[in-house]
Amino acid sequence: MAAKSNLKNMVLCLFGTCLFCSAILGGVYALTKEPIDQTNAKILQDAIGQVLLRNADNSGIKEGTEILTDVQTVVVADKTYEYFTQVADGQPVAYAIKSTVTGFGGPLTLMVGISVDRKLILNTSVLSHSETPGLGAKCTSDEKFMSQWKGLDLSKTKLEVQKPNKDGIDAITASTITSKAYTLAVSNALAAFDQINNVEQEVENE
Amino acid sequence: MSKFGLVTKGLVKDNPTFVLLLGMCPTLATTTSAMNGLSMGLATLFVLVLSNMAISALAPAVPDKVHIPVYIVVIATFVTVLQFLMQAFVPDIYATLGLFIPLIVVNCIVLGRAEAFANKNSVFDSALDGLGVGLGFTCSLTVLGAVREILGSLSVFGWKIPGTGDGMLAFVMAPGAFLCLGYLMVLFNKFLAKK
Amino acid sequence: MEILLIIISAIFVNNIVLAQFLGICPYLGVSNKLSTASGMAAAVAFVITLATLVTYLLNQYLLVPNQLEFLQTIAFILVIAALVQMVEIVLKKISPVLYQALGIFLPLITTNCAVLGVAITVTKEVTFGGVTKMLGLGEALIYAFATSLGYGLAMILFAGLREHLALNDVPKAFKGIPIALITVGILAMAFMGFAGIA
Repeated sequence: MAAKSNLKNMVLCLFGTCLFCSAILGGVYALTKEPIDQTNAKILQDAIGQVLLRNADNSGIKEGTEILTDVQTVVVADKTYEYFTQVADGQPVAYAIKSTVTGFGGPLTLMVGISVDRKLILNTSVLSHSETPGLGAKCTSDEKFMSQWKGLDLSKTKLEVQKPNKDGIDAITASTITSKAYTLAVSNALAAFDQINNVEQEVENE
Repeated sequence: MSKFGLVTKGLVKDNPTFVLLLGMCPTLATTTSAMNGLSMGLATLFVLVLSNMAISALAPAVPDKVHIPVYIVVIATFVTVLQFLMQAFVPDIYATLGLFIPLIVVNCIVLGRAEAFANKNSVFDSALDGLGVGLGFTCSLTVLGAVREILGSLSVFGWKIPGTGDGMLAFVMAPGAFLCLGYLMVLFNKFLAKK
Repeated sequence: MEILLIIISAIFVNNIVLAQFLGICPYLGVSNKLSTASGMAAAVAFVITLATLVTYLLNQYLLVPNQLEFLQTIAFILVIAALVQMVEIVLKKISPVLYQALGIFLPLITTNCAVLGVAITVTKEVTFGGVTKMLGLGEALIYAFATSLGYGLAMILFAGLREHLALNDVPKAFKGIPIALITVGILAMAFMGFAGIA
């Protein structure tokens, strides 16, 4: 039945198993690395596409525009924001800004689309969250909450969580902390947007 | 025992959750909805079948004194393979189940089957045993997830029961997990006692 | 201040058993009597803190620099298993009294998912009191120790309840684990009240 438990056998067996298993893992890692990277890139691309200017029939990003593939970064208050630019005829028309804040259960990362005239939040999309299922996690499924970010007019709506039917943001029922965090993430993205504009104006002035 | 019996015994008689009380942590933590329970069950099933097969093939060559570490290394290997595959193909589910995927390594069901069955049976029988126990685990998790989802958010597999409002949120949160599992066990005991 | 937040969050708000569902098997298994429960709690506290120290260093100085993070699961579980064995041997040699108290619980701890769970958690960002950040070594150790204090607290409270429960006439179908689970459910509900602190 089982091999004898002498020192040589034990060491050989343990060493062999570890070597063999590490080899398998290294192999599988190499094989799956590319699909994993592709999946992650696709999730990011989808989120960016969702929050920028789209065709009227929602069939993709607006015709005649393209999204610059390079990630750019901007720093506001010691936090680094990644952003992507949508351009038409070489002029930026909208930005997609990645913004992370702390929600109720952990980090909450959003992609926020802002039009270049700073009038509209085009849309928002949750990249990752660890909110409570059934409560804060509704920020990815609650129609009422999500729809108010779509084409939000910054001149009419305050970025503040308020009681329903005021001029602010309606919270998700029983999830005020998540709703506030979500709103903060959007405000932070706006601050990052202002910084992007400042930097570009400086470049133009030079 | 017949080959068919190997597969079905995990469902009721040797049900890992309700009878053997193994693998409690993922059972309680990941069953916030039927879909999550099902995913966790299938993830465990995957590891169980593969580790059972590998261990049954390796067992004759492993000295007794080091068999536990060797088994753990084998199990950890398959768990890591599972992590890669899930990240590549079902990233949503991987993100939802989070920490509990790597923690399959320390799920007593997997090591338990290796010790109790796989190291003294043929590769094929061990695969069937893994399949049976894995299915039993998957069923229990799906049932528990479904009950919590119905009570907690009034929906089934993400489909909202029409004309209903918010459910009893406590059932989606931590206390609901303990309460639901407790009451389901009571029902299970009743059902077994009658038979 | 931050340290205090970590401690309170780890003990009460994110209690390892009642909110994170880690280490349930031994929690249900050895909480019959107050004395065994406190023994187990002490052994867990010891191993979690030690294991976190070793795995944190391993991750920081061996896995991350060599881009071997994908071996994390397998490396951590091996280190924990080896560590538990070593603690057992060392304890037997240098402190027979402590070994008598903790010894029988040590082998059980390898497969206690609380240990691996905490070791993996501190390699990622941790959220406490509205802040999310990577923990330094010192903070990670404090987090690990506070978490195991939370484990002990939940364990000892529960053992006290169960000792009383044993004297009561419980319906047959509820006997044993089912009534225990329902009790933990109610205990978890009480701990949910701490969520307001954070």
